Amino acid sequence: MCAAKVETRESLFVSGHRACHGCGLALAVRHILEATGPNVIVVSPTGCLETFTSPYGYSPWRVPWIHHVFENAPAVASGVVAALKAQGRPVTRVVAIGGDGATFDIGFGALSGMLERGDDVLYICTDNGAYMNTGGQRSGATPSWASTTTHPAGKQSVGKTERKKDLPEIVAAHGIPYVATASVAYLRDLKKKVKKAMTFHGPRYIQIDTPCPSGWNFPSHLTLEVGRQAVKCGLVPLFEMENGKIIGVRKLKKKLPVTEYLQGQKRYRHLFESDGGQSELQKLQAEADKNIEKYGLMESG
Amino acid sequence: MNEVKVVEGSEAVALAVKACRPHVISAYPISPQTHIVESLARMVADGELDAQYVRVESEFSAASVLAGASAAGSRSYTASSSQGLLLMTEVLYASAGMRLPFVMTGVNRSISAPINIQVDHQDTMSLRDAGLIQFYVESSQEAYDVHLAAFKIAEDPQIMLPVMVCMDGWVLTHSYERVAFADQKAVDEFLPPFRPENYLDPAHPKSWGSYAEADVLMEFKYAIHRAMSLGKARIKEILAEVAAFTGRDHGGLIEAYRTADADVVLVAMGSMVGTIKDAVDELRQGGKKVGLVKIRCYRPFPYEEIEEAIRGAKVVGVMDANFSMGSEGAVGLDLKAKLCGRPEAPLIIDYIAGLGGREINAQTIRKLVARTEDVYRSRLILPESEWVDLNPAILS
Ligand SMILES: Cc1ncc(C[n+]2csc(CCOP(=O)(O)OP(=O)(O)O)c2C)c(N)n1
Ligand SMILES: [Mg+2]
Repeated sequence: MCAAKVETRESLFVSGHRACHGCGLALAVRHILEATGPNVIVVSPTGCLETFTSPYGYSPWRVPWIHHVFENAPAVASGVVAALKAQGRPVTRVVAIGGDGATFDIGFGALSGMLERGDDVLYICTDNGAYMNTGGQRSGATPSWASTTTHPAGKQSVGKTERKKDLPEIVAAHGIPYVATASVAYLRDLKKKVKKAMTFHGPRYIQIDTPCPSGWNFPSHLTLEVGRQAVKCGLVPLFEMENGKIIGVRKLKKKLPVTEYLQGQKRYRHLFESDGGQSELQKLQAEADKNIEKYGLMESG
Repeated sequence: MNEVKVVEGSEAVALAVKACRPHVISAYPISPQTHIVESLARMVADGELDAQYVRVESEFSAASVLAGASAAGSRSYTASSSQGLLLMTEVLYASAGMRLPFVMTGVNRSISAPINIQVDHQDTMSLRDAGLIQFYVESSQEAYDVHLAAFKIAEDPQIMLPVMVCMDGWVLTHSYERVAFADQKAVDEFLPPFRPENYLDPAHPKSWGSYAEADVLMEFKYAIHRAMSLGKARIKEILAEVAAFTGRDHGGLIEAYRTADADVVLVAMGSMVGTIKDAVDELRQGGKKVGLVKIRCYRPFPYEEIEEAIRGAKVVGVMDANFSMGSEGAVGLDLKAKLCGRPEAPLIIDYIAGLGGREINAQTIRKLVARTEDVYRSRLILPESEWVDLNPAILS
């Protein structure tokens, strides 16, 4: 359980782990823990995070961390909370950090159960829009028209035909005190939201957009840039909800056309080919516009 | 002091669990397990039991809650049956692999399809390879006593594995029996609070559930097996401790019943054992040298004890209330595998009986003993397990 001690700065998530170059998720986790501080127990489902942080004998985690199986992190977290309560350790808090596949799909029942029970868990979904750990297959979080390895673009296919599940809304419908979206491209905002979430008790949910250079297929030095574009075009709206009400959004000075965000990623390349996806691009622009409208994202508006 | 009451089997289990002072209970309803966790819920609601009761949305989450609670250092408990146990399967394997010592009752019930809520052992048998220690009990009293032992066995530093106490649904869980209860003080002296060496604690951050490559994975798996095999001695000691303070000795890993001079030995587990004992007594009165091995602890498999008990027998009839499709019954396979090639090993015949609650009565046993003697005498080589009381009319 010793990690290579490369980093000199005190961190709760040290370097030496095996994430890909430019991994948005790894960056998010380090900043999440900076915001929570050391008195937490972290629960993670199977996924990239578990794989790149836990080769036996090594660990970058400087907080207690537990991985059990793919679809049960919310329930494991509930168990930890119950134990802490039973033992009278109220100061230690529980944070679950899971991928979109674990959260939107296979662990959704467990998540809903945990939310409904009102357990004191901060659940953070690191959303890279596919099952990246297993090679980039489609998930319920994959955005429309992206090409994935199980729903690839092809002669008869324009990639994923369904919409991304609106999980923050579904989570909020459980009537929990705090729901927010964040992006790894806006770290200060992200940390502020995590800190705020820690001031509430009961279930809380933060969904973080974590661009994935390997899965989305863009150069690995552009993670933050791609993340910023996602926010600026309106496809990833950043907002906060308290007790079911939107209490703040990250405003946009200028609307970026979605094509600027999409064209740098190979998962959307088929939309830009000559005989390609004009109508799909229009639908994506319409979706971004709908978000801008719904959340009131424009500064002027 | 050893109060005696007539209670439902489920209530007896709930009272044993209560006496063991679990921190965390989590469960999901399924017949015939439900009365146990309803009793526990009532005890918590009435303030008789100080535990966190996590009302989950599935058995998958119930087992997962236990995993989290156990890793965080709390004694924890659940119960389930049939479909619920199968739904927990993945979580139970992972929990044994991570050496999380919770206790659960596997209330035996058949598995769909066809759906059926009566007893057989297919459900818990399908978990026999998960790394759980498994007990099977004959009576509510034994269920009570084994549950007292279960937490101590699970939490033993040399063992550290989940323990499942298997108990026949309805026949045991829903029937009323006289049960003697242990004194709480005696239980507390026997079972100290759970204080694991490792638990999730920010003061000593550790990582749990790592990814293990081929260079270490086999050792992890072997370590579970070793904990079980070496644990046999410890399990026997703990069962003996319970016997000492309760004054009730049900035997060790097995109970050998009138086997000493037996020519024919039956092997069985669960509630059918009571019926078989009566049949054995009756057959003995008729001059037949028949005995019974009751398996109490099925995993780790007590083959040394069984071998010892059947030494000198000519033929062994195994009663399996389960079946491995395309092969044979599980207990029969275990026994054949362990005894194969041993000098003077008796002939072993595997019977599949009692699936989906089909009745096994004294007549069934007499018939099987006669058949067993026949097979032995005629030197028949049976091609496969014998399914008891199949109805040819339905099959055609
Ligand atoms: C029950 C089960 N099904 C499938 C898998 C294989 N599997 C492991 S991780 C994973 C995908 C994880 O995706 P996500 O939750 O989005 O996390 P990411 O790796 O993208 O961060 C899959 C399909 C598994 N481990 N367990
Ligand atoms: Mg993902």
